[in-house]
Amino acid sequence: MANLKTVSKKSKAQSMGMHTEVLTGRTQQKFFNPDEAENFYYFGTYDVDFNKRTELDVKDMTAPEANKEIDNLMSQGYGTIVIKNPQGKHSLGVGILNKLNLIFEGSLGYFGMGSCDGPIVRINGRVGWSCAENLMAGKVVIEKNAGSCFGAAIRGGDLICKGSVGARTGIDMKGGTIIIGGDAGAFTGFMMQRGRIIILGDVGINLGDSMYDGTIFVGGEIGSYGSDAVDAELTKSDQDWLKRKLKVAEIGENFDVSKMKKIVAGKKLWNYDNLEPTEKKGAI
Amino acid sequence: MCGIAGLIHRGKSSNVGSELQGMLQALKHRGEDSTGYALYGDTDGKNFIMRFKVGENVGEGSSSIMEDVSVYDERKKIVDQTLAEMGAKVVKEERTLPYSLRYELDYNVKDLLEFSQRIESIPGVEILSMGKSLEVIKDLGNAKMVCDRYSLDKVVGTHAIGHARMATESGVDIKSAHPFWGYPFSDVSVVHNGQLTNYWNNRRVLENKGMRFMSECDSELIAVYIAEKMRDGATLEEGMKASLTGLDGVFTYFVATKDSLGMAKDTMAAKPLVLYESDDLVAMGSEEIAIRSVLPQEIDTYDPFDGEVKVWQI
Repeated sequence: MANLKTVSKKSKAQSMGMHTEVLTGRTQQKFFNPDEAENFYYFGTYDVDFNKRTELDVKDMTAPEANKEIDNLMSQGYGTIVIKNPQGKHSLGVGILNKLNLIFEGSLGYFGMGSCDGPIVRINGRVGWSCAENLMAGKVVIEKNAGSCFGAAIRGGDLICKGSVGARTGIDMKGGTIIIGGDAGAFTGFMMQRGRIIILGDVGINLGDSMYDGTIFVGGEIGSYGSDAVDAELTKSDQDWLKRKLKVAEIGENFDVSKMKKIVAGKKLWNYDNLEPTEKKGAI
Repeated sequence: MCGIAGLIHRGKSSNVGSELQGMLQALKHRGEDSTGYALYGDTDGKNFIMRFKVGENVGEGSSSIMEDVSVYDERKKIVDQTLAEMGAKVVKEERTLPYSLRYELDYNVKDLLEFSQRIESIPGVEILSMGKSLEVIKDLGNAKMVCDRYSLDKVVGTHAIGHARMATESGVDIKSAHPFWGYPFSDVSVVHNGQLTNYWNNRRVLENKGMRFMSECDSELIAVYIAEKMRDGATLEEGMKASLTGLDGVFTYFVATKDSLGMAKDTMAAKPLVLYESDDLVAMGSEEIAIRSVLPQEIDTYDPFDGEVKVWQI
């Protein structure tokens, strides 16, 4: 259990005025001491070689079996894993806290790639509800469509769907970027607290309902605005950022970002200035 | 949490009993208190097929009262007598289980409402479905158990909808199981995933208009609601669109008729649905794995948006 103490010696993050407390608990010392960079990784993660590639056919595996095997392959140093025949199974690829190139040749069911931190994932199919929920870092690219609650509560990383997504995309998101190539359903950005959502197509009703913070960019038509969602000026820096993000996401080539609408929270409902753990790492 | 699945072959028939069994079995983790099938089989269209029950399956988890088989026999006898009085000839009779029967009737039904009311006036008797193509089969247990019990895997037809139920708001029994027949309309059936929050208000209104409810399951409201709209001259699609505002709560539901299959999703899109659509087949279910059971190859699927209504013809 970490103890919060105020000490005289300031870390880099503190010097920058980002926070005043110092985490002195055993686990925090282990993970967040800037002098021990090698300990920044989670337990159970591995040194992998991206050039070391293998395939895994999960047709006859349950999700826990498949996920254990992915872990086993990472422990053997495989840095690029191609998953064959996912066939819409739920909860594939969850809890990967490693740098990894992961490719799914097919579609995933619910909760695919949930609670991940670091992998680069390409899914050559569609995904069901709650894809990449709680993503901390990394990049997840879906080539086709996605279900509802896409990117629920993500805290970091890039989540990209080249097709259309269901309702409540980015619900409760606390950071990161979600990019949608097609249309998005109702309640997109519902209760979002941080981060950015980019939708190149149309979006359904109640966009950004009860959003606390964060930014939503929409290229198409908006069904209706939710509570607290208001238009904001699309600045030059916004446009530059959008161009860069879309290029990195390999999506929306030649899309005219200058015509996008920018939606933000109309009022500040709560104070979300406390840093998230990933940001603490970044600050250090 | 319940699971729904449906499929419609366009321009051809297929083994819909087996296909729907696979789809529903893939969804059994969403609930296996009961499972129901609405199968639209290939028939010559001459006779009515009446699926009805004269009692309940009192198995594990059932909320019904155990009755002696002799009670079922007595009820069956009264049904036979009533049919004879109405001039309906039983061409073929099947009694798969003591409480579950299937009759093929040679009968020129003038008023299906009056016919159904007479049959159901017999205590303990409920018509599960009535139509020239539709057969509703529902019982306790998961999809495979029900399929095996009623030998549904060989049923050939054009389309089907089904339901894997986790009982939440009413009992674990056949009368609360889906699909619901769109009483008193021939060949109309409904399955639903969700909760309806204005059930009682709507029920009171519809009962005052002469509509009948057999259970206290909120999902039955959808069948009755749409049936009432159709009674007043609305098309299936118009009835379904009206339901988006007339029904309050969260829902995704399917309605099937003799030659069509439709889906509707509430305006909050709170309940899941994955859809595959091609020129010759439409398959849909609460989860993609249901569709994968009939289409294991890589396919393009999508989630319909909030407030969407779609209807396909065979």
